[in-house]
Amino acid sequence: MPALMYPRHVKTGSTMLLIAGALAMSACASKAPKELPPEPGPATTTQPAPSASGPQPGSQADFVARMMGSDTIYFQLNEDSIDSADQAALSKQAQWLQQYPSKRATIEGHADERGTREYNLALGERRANAAKNYLVSLGVDASRINTVSYGKERPIALGSDEASWAQNRRAVTVTID
Amino acid sequence: MKKIIHLAAFGLLLSGSVAAFAQSAPPVVPVQPAPAAPGAPADEDGGLQVTVSDDSDWQDLGIAITTFATDADVPTGTNAGSTAALGRALSQVVAADLKNNGLFKPSGPDGLPQPAYSQVQTPDFPVWSARAANMLVQGYVRAGSGGQITVGCYLYDVALKQQLVKGGWQVPPSDWRRAAHKCADMVYSRLSGESPFFDSKIAYIAETGPKDHRMKRLAIMDSDGANHRYLTSGQSTALTPRYSPDYSKILYLSYLNGQPSIYVYDLASNTQKLIARTGNPTMAPRWSPDGKWVLYSMASGGNTDIYRISSAGGGTPQRLTNTPGISIGGSYSPDGSQIVFESDRSGNQQIYVMNSDGSNQRRISFFGGRAATPEWSPRGDQIAFTHVVGNLRIAVMNPNGGGMRHLTDSWQDEAPTWSPNGRIIQFFRTARNAGTASIWQVDLTGRNERKLPTPVGASDPAWGPVRP
Repeated sequence: MPALMYPRHVKTGSTMLLIAGALAMSACASKAPKELPPEPGPATTTQPAPSASGPQPGSQADFVARMMGSDTIYFQLNEDSIDSADQAALSKQAQWLQQYPSKRATIEGHADERGTREYNLALGERRANAAKNYLVSLGVDASRINTVSYGKERPIALGSDEASWAQNRRAVTVTID
Repeated sequence: MKKIIHLAAFGLLLSGSVAAFAQSAPPVVPVQPAPAAPGAPADEDGGLQVTVSDDSDWQDLGIAITTFATDADVPTGTNAGSTAALGRALSQVVAADLKNNGLFKPSGPDGLPQPAYSQVQTPDFPVWSARAANMLVQGYVRAGSGGQITVGCYLYDVALKQQLVKGGWQVPPSDWRRAAHKCADMVYSRLSGESPFFDSKIAYIAETGPKDHRMKRLAIMDSDGANHRYLTSGQSTALTPRYSPDYSKILYLSYLNGQPSIYVYDLASNTQKLIARTGNPTMAPRWSPDGKWVLYSMASGGNTDIYRISSAGGGTPQRLTNTPGISIGGSYSPDGSQIVFESDRSGNQQIYVMNSDGSNQRRISFFGGRAATPEWSPRGDQIAFTHVVGNLRIAVMNPNGGGMRHLTDSWQDEAPTWSPNGRIIQFFRTARNAGTASIWQVDLTGRNERKLPTPVGASDPAWGPVRP
């Protein structure tokens, strides 16, 4: 188990067990829900982060909570370039991923609705890869990151206007619990 | 395997008395592919003189389509009822085919006199002249042995008082609509000089649910929307189907294993398999005209390129494009020698042509905007595509990139597919904001545009060839 080989953050053994348990339980889950209910019981840790009611450290819920929106990066029309805002977000993601080196993630690439369906599938894949490559350049092992494109098939903003399109041109990092 | 049988000796049989064809079993042979005028040819000297270079001339022809008569009103195994009811249903399908496609000015069968069985070959021409009909379609239906249905169809020129063409088909009960489509095809071909197209099928994606949680299912239907059937449950998103040239299989994209991947769905066994085990996302499947090859596009490291693999399975995929960027899709020329595809290697989506082995790649679109989803006409003379200039519009151009013209002007029309005769283009239209999708079609004049009837939202139409 890779987690045991990188004891960077010396925590209690119970935390490690919790992570291992979560991994085992979710081995067949294809996609993590965006929000998970808080874990019952206090976490015994010296880390400052989670309060008694916060998400379990190292979980997708923890990732979402800690990223505060930085789990998603946005692109210009037909572009896949990583701008400075994207770099900041990806750096934050990389820090978390390095804190939990046993965690794997899927980057979901999306496009806005103004392109053709097939091209947008390829464009979403290109965007997801751009995000992945940047994470790898920050030291995240490439084997920990998968990509999947949904093209324009899964918009998050439902309008047909510039603001909605800007929100839909995105790559979302989802960690695998 | 269902088969439609063309009555080859039809002309001879019908030259005798009406009673004659009730007792003699006609010799039957399968219809040859794409007959312009099946059955014994009518007198060509007296044939209708129309100019087919200008669509409007023949499209103004008034055609009376009468209820098909029967020799005996007996039950059938069809869902239309007895032979009398079936005769009415057949003529309704013929009239709808011609009417819904903006072809001619058909009338009937409602409100028209119903010819008796004995009148099918001897129309009462003065009656039809008085009604100002230019053309007259009459027909009959009979129940045969083993539940088979026999349908005859006749086209008359009212002014000339002459039969122009006739055809006869024997079909299993479940295929009765095909006999009507064959009749409509015969009428259309004889009057327009074009190849038939009604007896064909469409694969598409049925869409239900809200914009952010839309279910997308693989579905099929006849060219007129009848015989609709869902092929997938909707648990996995399905996209971009393509019928094989022989209608036995459908290539399509599914998220079944998490990654978008191309499957080939076998309609006889209702089973499917991956077209290529790549471990990478695969997209945009296409058949070669002879059905022997499959094109797919595969993403790797953010790059997408077009590959070719034998449809029989096995064999090593051959990479056809190898440039930075996204090269995707592909549509074969009718002779199979060339492939038109889209690529953003120049910076944005444009249309390129290459030889079918990937050699001699060259850009052909130079008119501004982006150009996507090219589809080569079955006639070879045009390439339909999506022109992206803010809005998405359906357009056509010559295979050398010249003569570009728009056929639609809406907010978002994409993914053209050709009718088997290369005269009509279907595409899907997405509504602004709501995002609901529907299949539309337009003829090459751009004038006759209509929405296809589908049970739910619909996208990605893929029109198959005319059936033999």
